[in-house]
Amino acid sequence: MSLLEVSGIDVFYGRVQAVRSATLEVDTGEVVALIGSNGAGKTTTLRTISGLLHPLRGTIKFNGLDITRIEPQKIVGLGVCQSPEGRRLFTRMSVLDNLRMGAYTRSSRADIKTDMDRVFELFPRLKERMNQIAGTLSGGEQQMCAMGRALMARPKLLMLDEPSLGLSPILVETIFSIVREINATGTPVLLVEQNANKALDVAHRGYVLETGSIVKTGSGKELLASADVQKAYLGM
Amino acid sequence: MAAMVQRLRASVITTPTASLINLVGLAIVAVALVATAQRVYQGGATYFFQTLGFGLAQGAIFALVALGYTMVYGIIELINFAHGDVFTLGAFVSLALMPVFGLNEGRISGAALILPLLGLFVVTMLICALVNVGIERVAYRPLRHAPRLAPLITAIGMSALLEGVMNVWRGPFNLHYPDFLPSTQIPIGGGVTIAAKAVMVIVVAVVLMVSLTLFVNRSKLGKAMRATAQDRDAAQLMGIDINRTISATFFIGAALAGAAGIIYGLYYNSVQAFDGFQYGLYAFTAAVFGGIGNIPGAALGGILIGVIYSISDGYFTVSWTQVLVFAILIFVLVFRPTGLLGMRVPEK
Repeated sequence: MSLLEVSGIDVFYGRVQAVRSATLEVDTGEVVALIGSNGAGKTTTLRTISGLLHPLRGTIKFNGLDITRIEPQKIVGLGVCQSPEGRRLFTRMSVLDNLRMGAYTRSSRADIKTDMDRVFELFPRLKERMNQIAGTLSGGEQQMCAMGRALMARPKLLMLDEPSLGLSPILVETIFSIVREINATGTPVLLVEQNANKALDVAHRGYVLETGSIVKTGSGKELLASADVQKAYLGM
Repeated sequence: MAAMVQRLRASVITTPTASLINLVGLAIVAVALVATAQRVYQGGATYFFQTLGFGLAQGAIFALVALGYTMVYGIIELINFAHGDVFTLGAFVSLALMPVFGLNEGRISGAALILPLLGLFVVTMLICALVNVGIERVAYRPLRHAPRLAPLITAIGMSALLEGVMNVWRGPFNLHYPDFLPSTQIPIGGGVTIAAKAVMVIVVAVVLMVSLTLFVNRSKLGKAMRATAQDRDAAQLMGIDINRTISATFFIGAALAGAAGIIYGLYYNSVQAFDGFQYGLYAFTAAVFGGIGNIPGAALGGILIGVIYSISDGYFTVSWTQVLVFAILIFVLVFRPTGLLGMRVPEK
């Protein structure tokens, strides 16, 4: 039994089917990359796992528990956290308040303090800017804040949606090395990326999503080496 | 502060035709201010401070009601038209509860009033809050994903329903509301006085508004409300139960409206089943004036509308007051659609 088991989910927006019978797993300690082009259904898949959308068919299990139809806040309570696409910070709140909102489901002040220190260790920039209004941060800082906010929930599974989108090459490197660092402390990561090259480089395993269906899966290295992945997503 | 200035600048229209329109707008405001200043000067200080005191008290009540409109709009982008009637309900419920707290006009006065009035406030606020939470649950929540027009129509329906219930309950008459507040005048120097009643109304309203601000800015639930208003999906991803948060918003907004209903009764000593309709419109205008969705904006808008109302009543003619207030609503929507302090609506 894997930590996260998504089996055969069909997700619709009205009459349009966005995800077709997708099956994927994330195991303890893994980084799993979900790659694919724009509109392939990556974000839809993450939103469905988080409970913001519900699949018409199929099941989602976390830690053996069926979470297919439960409410988003309860899924967060179980430890499935997401840093959404576009960061979605609370732009009129301070960095500190954003991080505090990340710890919304938790109550131990001491634990929250420990995690806040840890987030500041991972992202020293956030510590410098903690009283700044989140909307006034630069793109890279906003991404750090979004990831820090997700970490504040002390996730048992961290889902990152396009963490490198719109960042400079140097910042992209930083973000991916932080993903490695987060994973090294034992947190499994489900990574959604258009930057397939970088994502597969960090990931233990990967899935390729095409028009809503998973068309290929394998270890990060296998997918990087695969001819059609190279052609379709790596521009080689 | 800098961000605020920037927002203010950004919200003023700047194309060439628009700047002409803005000039015309400014000219109208300037003429109105000069005309008012002249009449105020002729009227003398005592009359001015009486008018101002009345305006501030009236404005404080508008502000309390406006907060409920603006908070609900900020979180679900709905104008809760039933809100004005929840305000009237506060006056009606408190009137009915008075014997329970031993509040009999003429038989109780002075310091003995404090505890029973406090109890009356708490229970009335609670009842109004629960009614409003019920309204949201029944009439708005099932329509959350429906087109915008649908909950707007149920809101008007709920307003009519509340007015109907109050009309059946006590009839369409002006009901006498007991006069417990002192009618003394407080001297403020130079032979000028201000009504103690007005001061008390303002103090109570300010205490309520400060408590609300502290709650929204400091408490965990208050922050969850702000988070939900800014980005509902992201709030859910933090583990915030948005249904609970939206209920809390309706609860708090209605509690303030309920308190405003009591204050209104105590200040005017008269209440009628359909008062909430017009009063609600004034308060809504105040919320738009300040910038819908913006909590400090609603407080500011309420107080300004109250003062404008009383200056119009006091220096011009009563029959023009309503015209003036709604002219301001149109004026604001045309020249400054974001209101004085800027709109605060969910980001898309």
